[in-house]
Amino acid sequence: MENLAYVFFSAALINNFVLAYFVGLCPFFGVSNRVSTAIRMGGAVVFVMTLTSLAVSFLNAYVLPAAPYLRLISYIVVIASLVQIVEITIKKVSPTLFRQLGVFLPLITTNCAILYLALFQHARGYDFLEGLFFALGAGAGFTLALFLMASLRERAELADVPSAARSMGLAMIIAASLSMAFMGFAGLFSS
Amino acid sequence: MSRGGGGPGPAGREADLRIAPSPHIRSPDSTPRIMWTVVATLVPVVAAAVWFFGVAALLVTGAATFGAVATEWAFDGRDAVSDGSGVITGVLLGLTLPAGIPLWMAALGGAFGMGFGKLIFGGLGQNVFNPALLGRAFLQASFPTAITTWPAVEAGRATFYQSNLALPFLQAPEMDAATAATPLGLMKFEGETTELWRLLLGNTGGSLGETAGLVILICGGYLALRNYLDWRIPVSIFATVAALSGVLHLIDPAAYPGPLFMIFSGGLILGAVYMATDMVTSPVTAAGAWLFGIGIGVITVLVRLWGGLPEGIMYAILFMNALVPFLDRVTLPAPFGAGAGGAAGGGSG
Repeated sequence: MENLAYVFFSAALINNFVLAYFVGLCPFFGVSNRVSTAIRMGGAVVFVMTLTSLAVSFLNAYVLPAAPYLRLISYIVVIASLVQIVEITIKKVSPTLFRQLGVFLPLITTNCAILYLALFQHARGYDFLEGLFFALGAGAGFTLALFLMASLRERAELADVPSAARSMGLAMIIAASLSMAFMGFAGLFSS
Repeated sequence: MSRGGGGPGPAGREADLRIAPSPHIRSPDSTPRIMWTVVATLVPVVAAAVWFFGVAALLVTGAATFGAVATEWAFDGRDAVSDGSGVITGVLLGLTLPAGIPLWMAALGGAFGMGFGKLIFGGLGQNVFNPALLGRAFLQASFPTAITTWPAVEAGRATFYQSNLALPFLQAPEMDAATAATPLGLMKFEGETTELWRLLLGNTGGSLGETAGLVILICGGYLALRNYLDWRIPVSIFATVAALSGVLHLIDPAAYPGPLFMIFSGGLILGAVYMATDMVTSPVTAAGAWLFGIGIGVITVLVRLWGGLPEGIMYAILFMNALVPFLDRVTLPAPFGAGAGGAAGGGSG
């Protein structure tokens, strides 16, 4: 139980996917204009990550022992088809959310954060339950990073930013500052 | 303004009626006045640092201030410098550095904090992170050894260190003075606590401004009386740290130090009084200020007791800085008369 909590918080705060590993930067910069959209995007990522983790556990247990050379390909194919299903479902259930997420929902598929999750889960030898908590933690950390980023960018929208640093330039600076703030969590609970 | 004609006629009364848009009550507290007052209250803190670490303290603080002010002058001009906020950034950054740090690093940290912490957001009042702490976080990430090499306090008043004058990127800063571990480092890595009176008076290893707790408390108290800082923030930080570490200390006195040690060691007092209360990067609402302070206290205790670093106040403040827009939003007080019942209190976060 303690181990599961560590896996969760490690993925969420200490080794935050976006702010410590710098993966998944594409949606991090792309969908962090509005807090409401950012939270929905975070929810979508949590969902996809959980599905990915389940799929990876299944593949690791039943398919890949027989064919280890298929690891990358099978991860990508399975994750891509899963996200496709999610996309079709969202399009049907909530067209508004579908339009807000726009190109970024299909992009979650090719998002390196998802592949990182799959590869890490394998490399660290997480079992089914640990993998699940890892995925939830990584998703929560991603959502937290996206939410902080969006709320800071919303505030900075009102600021008199020099023209050289408008929008994306300032977003990069904010992301770097956030990343430095997250450095304080390094090594937490590791002893 | 003339007081109307002579007689007590209607004309005289009309001249007394002044019509102007609000604000009608003028406060003598302008931004430059507040900022320069804060700078003035920092003078005793710097003086204490000079007393303990020698003239090197003055050089380091001066270099950090130079870096910050020169950057502000270069990009925003003289008017931006004259409000005094850049000087505060520089002096506060200097106070978070060890006495033996090379001066060019201190100046670089000031320039980084000012440039990327404040100017790029459009200057005073628009930045989201505390510039001084951002400068220090940058230095901590770039020069982890130089910024954690603490000279011992026994050195004389006139000391400065050979390492102060190290050339940029060419020389590795060699410490030539006796080094001393900070109280927090001793607690974390050797399980040793320092006596309270030494912490209070500042006779310990550490950054320039984190040793003299008593001086900072007195100066901060004055600022709080003048209403130049929100007393809720330091009070809630101290209360949270004291409560958390008190409970842990009761559970296992051997593993966890007592609340007084936790409050008076490290940069907690400097951070809580001068950094967390930065008007720009702290919440505007009262409830937000309480939550802000509680968050800083929790993260500080978390990092100090279970983290990889001995001190966490800097990261705690930076992290909570990022949460300020959110805190301001959830603690937004309901406008008077809003809501159906009217009796429901709004701003409880």
